Amino acid sequence: MYDVIIIGSGPAGLTAAIYTTRANLKTLVIAGGKWGGQLMLTTLVENYPGFPEGIDGPVLMENMKKQAEKHGAEILYQDFKKGDFSKAPFKIVTGEGEFEAKAVIIATGADTKWLDVPGEKEKIGRGVSSCAPCDAPFFRNKKVIVVGGGDSAMEEALVLTKFATSITLIHRGDSFRASEIMQKRVKEESKIKILFNTEIKEIMGENNVTGVRLFNNKTNKEEEMAIEGVFVAVGHIPNSKVFEGIDRDERGFIRVHDHYKTNIDGVFVAGDVHDAEYKQAVTAAGFGSAAALEAERWLENR
Amino acid sequence: MFYEMADVNFSDQNFEAEVLKSAEPVVVDFWAEWCTPCRIVSPIIEELAEEYKGKVKVGKLNVDENPSVSGQFNVMSIPSILIFKDGMPVKTIIGAQAKDNFKRAIDEVLSS
Repeated sequence: MYDVIIIGSGPAGLTAAIYTTRANLKTLVIAGGKWGGQLMLTTLVENYPGFPEGIDGPVLMENMKKQAEKHGAEILYQDFKKGDFSKAPFKIVTGEGEFEAKAVIIATGADTKWLDVPGEKEKIGRGVSSCAPCDAPFFRNKKVIVVGGGDSAMEEALVLTKFATSITLIHRGDSFRASEIMQKRVKEESKIKILFNTEIKEIMGENNVTGVRLFNNKTNKEEEMAIEGVFVAVGHIPNSKVFEGIDRDERGFIRVHDHYKTNIDGVFVAGDVHDAEYKQAVTAAGFGSAAALEAERWLENR
Repeated sequence: MFYEMADVNFSDQNFEAEVLKSAEPVVVDFWAEWCTPCRIVSPIIEELAEEYKGKVKVGKLNVDENPSVSGQFNVMSIPSILIFKDGMPVKTIIGAQAKDNFKRAIDEVLSS
């Protein structure tokens, strides 16, 4: 029996683990096979305080994990399968085992949102990607397209400039929502061409990507463009579906009741799985610490 | 760093002999130094090599050093894990995954 089981191992989950272990609570982190969260798919993180030169996303996560382990957190590299939150102690089932806890913190974050257009799904990993830092070198001397208007899309485009011959950055809106500094870097890069009010209708090609059908939502005109890679950065979907009995909003974000509580007494939530607004590594970490403090208080007062 | 090299390294040179002509099924982890999610998969691959010893051959292929094999099997995203049986790729798993996903795929190949 654990005092706290934390589901998720991004900044929210691991920060929560640092706090619960330091409060002397027996803590298990269900880290997932693909541990570390979205920062594992990034390169340099420049807005996490304490690192004036920036820090590599995966290195930051490795450090957070070490810090949680140092204070006694047990880390399990298995995927969460299901949970019974109907009565205490809560039961958590993973791919290989079953665990019990007095309190649970859900910090499963969010995953890539795909475009959901014809030709996309079957070509993921064959020209369609959501991770330029992982896949960009396969697009050396090729033409690629990046979809999105936020910081992630800007980063994908900038990473690709090192490999691709040309990068077309398309966004369905008429301006980017990315931070000013990232927009500036993209606009200064001669290899990057920007198309606003533009959406992908179809990704063409048999085994690989050979082109896309673009739609201009202002002129209603369609055109085809020969392209060999499509990088998708249009946002994320909260990983909340697996939690039966936990209230979610219409977009899938877990509903928060005062101070990081879910609708179930003793089940807390932190990070991108409930946060539709900020979605930053540092806010996730902050939410993680707050949820851990709430869990600690709740266990004490029970 | 985060991981050590597995014992078995496949290459453009030894791929035919070691993988395509292998009597037992072969799990190939396509990876590169610059690929951060590959660091998640590498230790899992090493555990699988140990657990399936004698039944399945498990090893890695560096895509930067071995472009010919990577191109032949259309690897455009890493980590990609391909399982070969009788000289043919029978399963492709793209992206970092939980260990049980890899085990399920290997077990399916073994029982087919």
